[in-house]
Amino acid sequence: MKKSVISFIAVMLVIVLLGLCAVMGFTVAGRTIIPAVNDTEHGIRLGLDLVGGSRIVYEAELPEGYDTGNLSSDMETAQSMIRQRLTNKGFTEATVALSGDNRISVEIPQITNPEEAVQTLGSTAQLVFMDADGKEWLTGTDIKRATAMYGQPTGAELTDEHYVQIEFTDEGTQKFSEATASIAARKNTDGMNFLAIVMDDQAISTPMVENQLTQSTCVISGGNFTAESAKELADLINVGQMPFSLKQVELRSVGPQLGANALQTSLLAGAIGIVLVCLFMLIVYRIPGLVACLALGFYIVIEAVVFGLIRVNLSLPGIAGIILSIGMAVDANVIIFERIKEELRAGKTVKSAIDSGFKRAFTAILDSNITTLIAAAVLFWMGTGTIVGFATTLGLGVIISMFTALTVTHFLLNRMVDFHVRSPKAYGV
Amino acid sequence: MKPKFPILKNFKIFGIISILLCATGLVALIALPFGQNFFNLSIDFAGGTEMEFNLHKTVDQTVQTEVRELFQEVTGVDPSSVTSSGDSNENVLIRSTSIDSEKRAAVIDKMVETYSLDKDGKDLYNNNDVSPSVGSDLQRAAFLCAVVAIVLMLIYITIRFELTSGLAAVTCLIHDLLIMLSVYVWFQIPLDTGFIAAALTILGYSINASIIVFDRIRENLRVARKEPFEEVAERSVWQTMGRTINTTLTTLFTVGMIFVLGVPSLKQFTLPLIVGIVAGAWSSIMLSASFWSFYRKHFRKKRI
Repeated sequence: MKKSVISFIAVMLVIVLLGLCAVMGFTVAGRTIIPAVNDTEHGIRLGLDLVGGSRIVYEAELPEGYDTGNLSSDMETAQSMIRQRLTNKGFTEATVALSGDNRISVEIPQITNPEEAVQTLGSTAQLVFMDADGKEWLTGTDIKRATAMYGQPTGAELTDEHYVQIEFTDEGTQKFSEATASIAARKNTDGMNFLAIVMDDQAISTPMVENQLTQSTCVISGGNFTAESAKELADLINVGQMPFSLKQVELRSVGPQLGANALQTSLLAGAIGIVLVCLFMLIVYRIPGLVACLALGFYIVIEAVVFGLIRVNLSLPGIAGIILSIGMAVDANVIIFERIKEELRAGKTVKSAIDSGFKRAFTAILDSNITTLIAAAVLFWMGTGTIVGFATTLGLGVIISMFTALTVTHFLLNRMVDFHVRSPKAYGV
Repeated sequence: MKPKFPILKNFKIFGIISILLCATGLVALIALPFGQNFFNLSIDFAGGTEMEFNLHKTVDQTVQTEVRELFQEVTGVDPSSVTSSGDSNENVLIRSTSIDSEKRAAVIDKMVETYSLDKDGKDLYNNNDVSPSVGSDLQRAAFLCAVVAIVLMLIYITIRFELTSGLAAVTCLIHDLLIMLSVYVWFQIPLDTGFIAAALTILGYSINASIIVFDRIRENLRVARKEPFEEVAERSVWQTMGRTINTTLTTLFTVGMIFVLGVPSLKQFTLPLIVGIVAGAWSSIMLSASFWSFYRKHFRKKRI
């Protein structure tokens, strides 16, 4: 009995402590271990339909005779181009992702009128090589290809490093030779011997030029490149000969006011729904109903922590998925309690009714939850956009609810027996 | 729960009720590839442009006509509909075929000027554009998702139970989805990505209920060797009745609250969910066991 009391209190404490962590967050020496529910910077992220913002999808319009073998690398070039433009415009929160073979989706939070962004982000890029006076020496069409490499760019280095190699067309080689002759000569006059590679009037790289270069390839090195930054620069230089244009095929824009309303009403609906479910369980199942409410509390706390840790991107359908899974989370409890009631009616004692009730309900809970998980998994792997968010919240909800029913509910019910709550009436019979 | 009326014996009555409810959805679905559209396809599926502005005044017939003329003047495209929306009808919702970004920008500028809206675009509540190719991709992906999910579930149930249980569960599932489609046709709810999410939720949820019934049948069959399997099925349905009803109620409490309190886009999403949940309860109680014994009678010659 004493043991039971201690373990009961211990479990309750765990729930309360986890709950506090979920609400306030848990930070050790400035590092967030468990993010608070409303900490959008470290924890649960809010989808565009909740904070307001735009999602723009571009599709590559491939010209006839286009070699589709280049598609994936060309798409990466387009992705880098859009990322660079977003940075230039100050949209630091925006994300760019490739979707499917030939689509790019851009998400910009909190932008209110996206039409200008739609037009500029997808437009054809202007790439030029300039000197310090702004004289244009080469354009994007003079370049065959830029590639990110790893090794010793000139052969004279002591260690391997990341660098970018640019390959010119015949005409480009000629122009580049003239450009470098002119620029290298400035080394001893005004010291402005750099070449600016400019995209959309923004310099993306300004390598120094020491000598005239007459080969058909050149390298940009010594910039402390990482594998990523070298690739990023190579991709950007390639926008000059991107063989296709981008067409906007989808735009989703939600005003910030609408998003805020949606979040507030969903939270309210969720809270009232939970209270109703708890009342129902208490009335129908009494003592086990109380246990179910505690298990439900535990479920909500775990869910909040897990969603924060994996940084779920919460959208409107995602919230609906959570609220639905709360309703379903009670399902496992209902199955168990109904079973226990049956066993009690068959004349068993409370203790053995609980034991066999759990044992018999197990297969039903397992099989029914796995079928739901199959649906969630299919949605997760094959769905797009908000559907993936919905599948994540639903799938995790099912797993967590199964866990809490089989552990917390079981544990608490056994403690109730230890506490001498043994009248079948208390179990709803 | 104690048996109150025979379920398997009344299969015909329940079946006819279900067929009547499913018929609309089935007809509408079959008609779709033949160019007959009974649904209110949203721009998600059909493609198009959709804009919603908050005008900060009641949008009546006069305002709608004004907005329609403005849109036509700026873009040269006649909008397919201009309606009022929002809680107090202060929003105007314009739908048209897909127009390009320049034209949309022109419409926004003109609306801001005409109705002196917020210059930063804060009164533009929604601004969506979907090209027809994206719409048809979505249709294909949704259909594929459903088929893959159903096949995988069927395989799982066949492994854990038997093929007849799997077939019966899938029959009930298709029944539930068809009723949802019927509701979309009757109430002309816009068929959008929310529908796919709702339909796939019901896919997982309603099969749950049938599984609980089959789990009990599986268990009862182990000990009842001499009892005819119809009687075992009937008994199993009544034994699981309490669970089915109570779980349906708890789920309806939470989903119902979103329907009552939620923003319009969530309402559109939860109504078919509610219908699917109720249909799922109906089919697992009234039909699942009957389907199971029907398939068992026809596909299994030997009785265990």
